Amino acid sequence: MPASSRSDSPPVVELVRVSKHFGEVRAVDAVSFAIRRGEFFSLLGPSGCGKTTTLRLLAGLEEPDDDGGEIRLLGETITRRRPYERNLAMVFQSYALFPHLTVERNVAFGLEQRKVPRGEIGERVRRALEMVRLAPDKFARRMPAQLSGGQRQRVALARALVLGSPILLLDEPLGALDLKLRKEMQLELRQLNHELGVTFVYVTHDQEEALTMSDRIAVMDHGRIVQVGTPAEVYENPRTAFVAGFIGTANFFRGRVERRGPDGCWEVAGRDGLRFRVPHQPGLGDGVEVEIAVRPEWMDVFPPDRVPPEENAVPGTVREVMYLGETMHVVAAIAPGRDVTVAVRNEGQLIKPLPWRRGDAVAIGWLPEDSQVLEAD
Amino acid sequence: MRRPRAWPLLAPGGLWLVVFFAVPIALMLGVSLMPRGVYGGVEPGLTLAHYRRFFDPLYLAVLRRTLLLAAGCTALCLALGYPVAYAIARSGRWKHLLLFLIVLPFWTSFLVRTYAMIFLLRDTGLVNQVLLGLGLVDAPLTLLYTPGAVVAGLVYGYLPFMVLPIYASLERLDRSLLEAAAVLGARPVARFLRITLPLSMPGVAAGCFLVFIPAVGAFLTPDLLGGAKQLMIGNLIQNQFTSARHWPFGSAASFIVMALVLAGLLVYLRLRDAPARGER
Repeated sequence: MPASSRSDSPPVVELVRVSKHFGEVRAVDAVSFAIRRGEFFSLLGPSGCGKTTTLRLLAGLEEPDDDGGEIRLLGETITRRRPYERNLAMVFQSYALFPHLTVERNVAFGLEQRKVPRGEIGERVRRALEMVRLAPDKFARRMPAQLSGGQRQRVALARALVLGSPILLLDEPLGALDLKLRKEMQLELRQLNHELGVTFVYVTHDQEEALTMSDRIAVMDHGRIVQVGTPAEVYENPRTAFVAGFIGTANFFRGRVERRGPDGCWEVAGRDGLRFRVPHQPGLGDGVEVEIAVRPEWMDVFPPDRVPPEENAVPGTVREVMYLGETMHVVAAIAPGRDVTVAVRNEGQLIKPLPWRRGDAVAIGWLPEDSQVLEAD
Repeated sequence: MRRPRAWPLLAPGGLWLVVFFAVPIALMLGVSLMPRGVYGGVEPGLTLAHYRRFFDPLYLAVLRRTLLLAAGCTALCLALGYPVAYAIARSGRWKHLLLFLIVLPFWTSFLVRTYAMIFLLRDTGLVNQVLLGLGLVDAPLTLLYTPGAVVAGLVYGYLPFMVLPIYASLERLDRSLLEAAAVLGARPVARFLRITLPLSMPGVAAGCFLVFIPAVGAFLTPDLLGGAKQLMIGNLIQNQFTSARHWPFGSAASFIVMALVLAGLLVYLRLRDAPARGER
């Protein structure tokens, strides 16, 4: 038999309808997903959404409810196994370095517990420290208290990687680092994921971090998985208003579908007397209530009544023009208390300034096919 | 921001300590170096005779017994106290009730509690009555006025001083360290030996000192439960100040005991700080 391609190989991690209650609180609610070998898989959501509990269930630090589904690692059911029987590696949010052991003893800890021969441990610890770019000669004998936050983070990573486990769990590992260091570590983690072929399961509340690093993202809310997909899928085709709002910025419009236009699009009578068209989707028809999201960068600002006829047009008044560097944000009021944010490329405000000023009457336009039709939450 | 001055807060307590601790200690040091007066008290002069006198085999035997009893008491307190502290630290919502129970004995006088132990341990006491009643022994056991009775009394009195600091160090222990150890493959026993125990050592050391130091100086418990045969250094010193009316020797003995305890403390601090300085 020829070797199967990467996507056909059996999942490395598989959760089947896994649930976990803390008292009355449903922390994780019938969560299912499968992670492929070598994938960088992120669990993304706001605090309290169940992402960390899901990771802890995987690690064996929490046990699912009695009828709380099944967890498989490398095809083996391990739902109720103890953490030390799972052959996993994990990086904790607070690093959890042992404060009474030197860097080298911290990294060696897992190898000692796994009864790796003494002679082999030293060399493997050395290699792990080099892998996370900590010079062994300089750092091996230091105590955790003598390290900076970034160095501790690297030790925690080395301590996990040294085991050579096929799966690495990471619980918001970059949360405590400053922005520059975080960007640097993001890149390094991504490289390690590629070079080692280790499957990464990564918990984060930072949507930007999830988008930059992940092969796939599972977006969680209230203990449930709302959407699983590649960064492009969850950003460009969010399933619900929660996903659209949590990942990036989005402008939301609601209305009732009225009739199909000559171009095949559905015409929608929105609230506040707005009218717009949305592309055809299964489930759309006369009288259906519909909600759409439109990304700021897919919209444009025009003088009133100058929107091209193929685009949706909404009149408004400029409330604010914000300078963001790469882009400019134009915030326009389209009805009392209803703002729309439009991102416009910054072509140099000193040379080619935007023509819009606060108070100007404008029209906001976007192509119907750039509307993301959302499901109800 | 300017920090408010701290010394006004220190003044009342500091003054108290100077007047009632530092001054008497200085006086005692002076007394220990002066010749004894004919009718008690001291005479002007300077002598080391009282310190030399302490190295008489008679007194050294008392010192030896004192150190042994205090060490035994400390070891037993540790053996009994560590599991209790561990259990309380992990007892969740019962924590406060259990801690309250630990300090509850302090609500009554130590003297009363020690007398109560006499009722328990004497020949016609509760323990012997139960043993006789069950037919386990034919004649009452001699429990009172034995080293065992002294150790039992000391342990009873000082156990909370062992439990509380160990509890405090276990309570501070970061749970995520144990979780990290578990994921790294450590079973419960390995987690205890390699993480919990070493990280609770400051509490163990504090507990040992808090028990050992007062146990070395104990005089009430050996007096009531040990009788004349189980004389400890505290009784010796007490006798010098009271019936023997030999203040200089009592002071000298006090300073020798104090020096021993301080030496022990310094050795411990040296050992403790050695690994932190990066030595191996």
